[in-house]
Amino acid sequence: MNLNMESEKPIFLQIAEGIEDGILTGAFPEETQIPSITEFSVTYKINPATALKGINLLVEEEIIFKKRGVGMFVAKGAVAKLKKKRQEQFYDNYVDRMIEEAKRLGITGDELIGMIERGFGK
Amino acid sequence: MSRIEIKDVTKNFKSVRAVNHVNITLEEGKIYGLLGRNGAGKSTLLNLINSRLAVDEGSITMDGEPLWENPKVNGKLYLVNEKNLFPEGRKVSEIFRWTKEFFPEFDMEYAMHLAELFQLDTRKKTKGLSTGYQSIFKNIVALSTHAPFVFLDEPVLGLDAYHRDLFYRLLLERYAGEPFTLVISTHLIEEVAGIVEEVIILKKGEVLKIADTEELLNMGYTVSGPASLVDSYTRDKDLAGADMLGGLKTAYVLGRPEQELPEGLEFTKMDLQKLFIRLTDEA
Repeated sequence: MNLNMESEKPIFLQIAEGIEDGILTGAFPEETQIPSITEFSVTYKINPATALKGINLLVEEEIIFKKRGVGMFVAKGAVAKLKKKRQEQFYDNYVDRMIEEAKRLGITGDELIGMIERGFGK
Repeated sequence: MSRIEIKDVTKNFKSVRAVNHVNITLEEGKIYGLLGRNGAGKSTLLNLINSRLAVDEGSITMDGEPLWENPKVNGKLYLVNEKNLFPEGRKVSEIFRWTKEFFPEFDMEYAMHLAELFQLDTRKKTKGLSTGYQSIFKNIVALSTHAPFVFLDEPVLGLDAYHRDLFYRLLLERYAGEPFTLVISTHLIEEVAGIVEEVIILKKGEVLKIADTEELLNMGYTVSGPASLVDSYTRDKDLAGADMLGGLKTAYVLGRPEQELPEGLEFTKMDLQKLFIRLTDEA
């Protein structure tokens, strides 16, 4: 997980997405504890309030839950929930941008489909 | 919760007005970035808040109590700047003990622990320390005082990249454990952009901007592309400058970009440093 201070994306969103990535890759398995606000803050040299804001987004979506006095944990079913969310965002985040660049380069729809098939190893 | 109120403060040095009718409120438990170009009045302001200089006009109070020569606020404020108020010819460890007399909450064990992390030899006399270690030594004292208001004027002066990184981490660890008010004045804006919650920008002795860091970052954006396209897009916009590179133009726009953006142009956020340069440009 890397933060990009120059990115369009606010830091708190990058923190939330970084944790999501960690959950999807299995670095933060379901029902296990994630690092504390202080650890995120110190590791990434960001204000604890920013780290908290990012984590609270995931708490609202019930991907992370807090145990008072213990810490923060990945919820059961978080992986499935995240996959569904990312699938819904897939067109906007990847397909749309890819088509935009393809148009700029004069790559046709058929050529693009050909490349995708090649990528999937057909 | 304590707060410091700076009301309509002015300070002159002979005919030069260093601080001009400044109004700022410092809330407890927040990290502020005090930014400004050379000579903007940052150090003077910090000296005024910490009673190292007397105000000419206006008032500086903590919870209604004036700060100037007020024994009630002893131990509540700590300023680190280029000037040393330590007795001369003493060893680092002796200064630690000396500081405890004025700041009863001074955590000796923590100070020694930090000295070890920075490999600062506490048996050395403070005068013999290099520029970098002078900064390290003073920052260690500041972090160990447990003063609720800490002011750091160019805290990383002379520190190498490793020590700067270590310093920011320790600072955040200490802050996350027990929030205190911190005002950092620095020219290394990129390094503190993620740390400061609120930004105060001074320009020619006046407050140019006080804003939440995130809010401030939403104040402007850059648009780049072929010069003619950029020009037609920015025609009715509030511009804060532009750079040309051949036929490629980058314009700095104040405001928020529209939802629907024209094709062929690239839009990016302005980071804190870029925004600072644009806002304080005097040309």
